[in-house]
Amino acid sequence: MVHLILFLVFGAVCVAGAINLILQTHPIQSALSLIVVMASLAAEYLLLGAEFVAAVQVIVYAGAIMVLFVFVIMLLNAGTEEVTHGSKIAEFIGLPSLLLLGVLMVWAVTHHSTTSVAAGSLYGDPKTIGRLLFNQYLLPFEVTSILILIAIMGAVVLAGRPEMSNIQADTPRKDA
Amino acid sequence: MNFLPYILIALIKIAVMIGVLLTAVAYIVWLERKVVGRIQNRWGPTRVGPFGLLQPAADGIKFIIKEDLTPPHVYKPLFIAAPLIAVVFALSSIALIPFGNNFTLFGYDIPMQITGAGGGDINTGLLIILGLTSMGVYGIALAGWSSNNKYSMLGSLRAGAQMISYEIALGLSLIGVLILAGTFSLRGIVESQGGHFPGYIPHWNIFRGQIVAFFIYLTAAYAETNRIPFDLPEAETELVAGYHTEYSAMKFAMFFMAEYANMVTVACLATLLFLGGWNGPLFGPPLVQALLPLLWFFLKVFAFIFLYIWVRGTMPRFRYDQLMAFGWKFLLPLAIANLIITAFFVAYRA
Repeated sequence: MVHLILFLVFGAVCVAGAINLILQTHPIQSALSLIVVMASLAAEYLLLGAEFVAAVQVIVYAGAIMVLFVFVIMLLNAGTEEVTHGSKIAEFIGLPSLLLLGVLMVWAVTHHSTTSVAAGSLYGDPKTIGRLLFNQYLLPFEVTSILILIAIMGAVVLAGRPEMSNIQADTPRKDA
Repeated sequence: MNFLPYILIALIKIAVMIGVLLTAVAYIVWLERKVVGRIQNRWGPTRVGPFGLLQPAADGIKFIIKEDLTPPHVYKPLFIAAPLIAVVFALSSIALIPFGNNFTLFGYDIPMQITGAGGGDINTGLLIILGLTSMGVYGIALAGWSSNNKYSMLGSLRAGAQMISYEIALGLSLIGVLILAGTFSLRGIVESQGGHFPGYIPHWNIFRGQIVAFFIYLTAAYAETNRIPFDLPEAETELVAGYHTEYSAMKFAMFFMAEYANMVTVACLATLLFLGGWNGPLFGPPLVQALLPLLWFFLKVFAFIFLYIWVRGTMPRFRYDQLMAFGWKFLLPLAIANLIITAFFVAYRA
């Protein structure tokens, strides 16, 4: 019972954060709302019993990735965005598609979901997840790691400055 | 399930813990001023009370009655929220630290830890502590940004980059211990370190091949808590006071409390993970036997705190590029090598 109440509370916080994310005009406030969304999602995972996923959600998304978001906003010194009244496309296509998607999701959950999960019924401790990752899902796991490696190499290539030594050698120093 | 006594015990524990932690923080500041004073051949605080022992109280009163200035050019909501974020995450991470085995009082089996109902420990305690400490970065990052001051901004950028970089080495240095213990539960990790090797060497992780990991952890922990030699976010010779330049009175005190509470948490974690937690020789009547583990635990934590102060009194500050190069090019590969060797060792033994 307590689990269910907490689940609903965090769900409400999560949705409120997501709506606030869109409504805020300043990028840093949007980023902070996104942190609220991530943190309350972690709380939802924890309430469902997936402790490991909850902890990883906080460490990776709320703790590391969002710090980088906030950093970029701080470094670029992004200002307040102007509020426009939206394009006509958003009104004529966006709203109907949103409604359609909502109806589809409700229909799928109520009619075609065969399993229902009660709060706290999942069993997601680190050992189980580790075994799944290194037995059943070994190939996707390793492929993902190679993908991340490629991303790291790309970042190093893009951020590296190979001509730095030449520039320093060519520019005469002022105090010389 | 009887809910009321559980909540009551939890509330009492939280109150006691916050009281003890804040007093400890105040007296660590006193100890630091005393010890650094002796290292630099001066006396440190002597005027308020015997040995300056009432100095923390005087400081606290000063912080509270000082005028709470808010500069006109700051972004107010985040300027106020930033010190709160820093102190809340610093104080809440201590909730997961177990200080000893269960303590039986009036028929209730009370775990010496705020979290964990009925003696059970959270299965992912260590991960949750890491998550809480990584959320603490926001306090510092937002303080620098909302102050609208270039020194604050530079300080918070340095702090953020430094904390993210060293978090990786810190996390990797812990995995060796986790492989040896086979659990994320802090209680389980301490229990796996009970007993002796033949002879008198205790079965602590630091003596079980994790000594390199211990030094990686120690170095990274200094960087995580922004202490000398890695205190670049508040390097006063370059950045005035770094991210808390614009803060005064109680808001400044909150950053101060957060830093020292983080020091305590880091010292507790080092004790639990590498120095056997509350394990130690037990002797004497039952009451002494019940209290000795607590004593061992606090002695070990105190040793770490003292080491922090000692290092502060003796080491110069790193340059920023040296700090980054040291973290990424030395500590990180060393931590990975340690992890691989530990994994091979455990696989060979199994």
